[in-house]
Amino acid sequence: MAAGNEVSATYYIQHHLQNLTFGHHPVNGWSLASTSAEATEMGFWAIHLDTMGWSIAMGVLFLWLFRKAGKMATTGVPGGLQNGVEMVIEFIENLTRSTFHGQNKNIAPLALTLFIWILLMNSLKIIPVDYFPVLFAKLGVDYMKIVPTTDVNATLGMALGVFMLIIFYSVKVKGVGGFARELSLTPFNHWLLIPFNLLLEIVSLLVKPFSLAMRLFGNMFAGEVIFILIALLPFWAIWLLDVPWAIFHILVVTLQAFIFTTLTVVYLSAAHEHH
Amino acid sequence: MNINMTLIGQTIAFAIFVWFCIKYVWPPISNALHERQKKIADGLDAASRATRDLELAQEQASQTLRESKEQASQILEQANRRAAQIVEEARVEARAEGERLIAGARAEIEQEVHRAKDELRAQVSHLAIVGAERVLEASVDEKTHRELLDKLAAEL
Repeated sequence: MAAGNEVSATYYIQHHLQNLTFGHHPVNGWSLASTSAEATEMGFWAIHLDTMGWSIAMGVLFLWLFRKAGKMATTGVPGGLQNGVEMVIEFIENLTRSTFHGQNKNIAPLALTLFIWILLMNSLKIIPVDYFPVLFAKLGVDYMKIVPTTDVNATLGMALGVFMLIIFYSVKVKGVGGFARELSLTPFNHWLLIPFNLLLEIVSLLVKPFSLAMRLFGNMFAGEVIFILIALLPFWAIWLLDVPWAIFHILVVTLQAFIFTTLTVVYLSAAHEHH
Repeated sequence: MNINMTLIGQTIAFAIFVWFCIKYVWPPISNALHERQKKIADGLDAASRATRDLELAQEQASQTLRESKEQASQILEQANRRAAQIVEEARVEARAEGERLIAGARAEIEQEVHRAKDELRAQVSHLAIVGAERVLEASVDEKTHRELLDKLAAEL
């Protein structure tokens, strides 16, 4: 889109940053939000169809691809797909082995799921920002934000899952008593300091999922905004900034997926350890 | 940026994906990977073992070769020595045989000489008697002069 006046540019940016929201509107009832304001008015009982759709599509793509590689897996000379998949698996295995010190076979597959899923979701960013919104507009759908990780609900949702796993494994490994003791008696092992310890530990526990979610969301959202701003330039100038930024994002996309995965493994490793 | 049900939906999707991955995706690939790793490790192991075996065999072969060479030279030397010994023995034997032959010949000659002498003696005594008979024209009594004639023959 060529740069118009200030209003249309603002509208363009806002439009591209608005999710396709389905929910219960106080006035319209169960419906798709046709403006950002309507989406806000729907409150919590609404769902971002684009975020859900694209993230599930990416998750299914990941599982399908890797399952296919797993079915064909031979111990002989691997083919192209198997080779690539094995490389990723080995990478994740090494990551898990070096960071995770407990005994849990499920951590490595968990890390694999997170890494590839987030990587695929982030990668959707490389697709030019106008393609899908315009395509869906032709189909009569007002909004289409295709990168799920630029939606804080998606990143916070995953982080919430990780948070639940942290709690689950803490309780499973240390028992309810052990976990409570850890929360109340570290870092200062004195009964007088229990309230202080509790405050400290609970804050640090709650910060974990938030830092995970916000780091990924912040990076992806900021990147997306820059892409949209670049798209406001005259069409012949877009590639000048768009190409370097996209190339840079190959790094960012991988790095953010990696950081999310690594931190998850680190947090879960801490959950498995006795202090 | 609204927080809404998407949060819950995403958590559920996350849980399902992780479960599926743990159950169906990770194990076959991981197993294949580890099995191949083991296979490769075994292969490398076997290769290094084979190299070691080869080295050992080569060493053994060269040692055997060295030993057999030594043995051959020993045998050769022994044969040479034996040959020399045989030649020496033959020489000694030949010399002894020669000496024996010479001694035999010498003894025979001596015997022949003796016999000739005896014969000659007998004939001479007979001749002497015949000569004396002719000279004296009388027969000499052989019996009376036998002792004298024998003495004469012994002096010849």
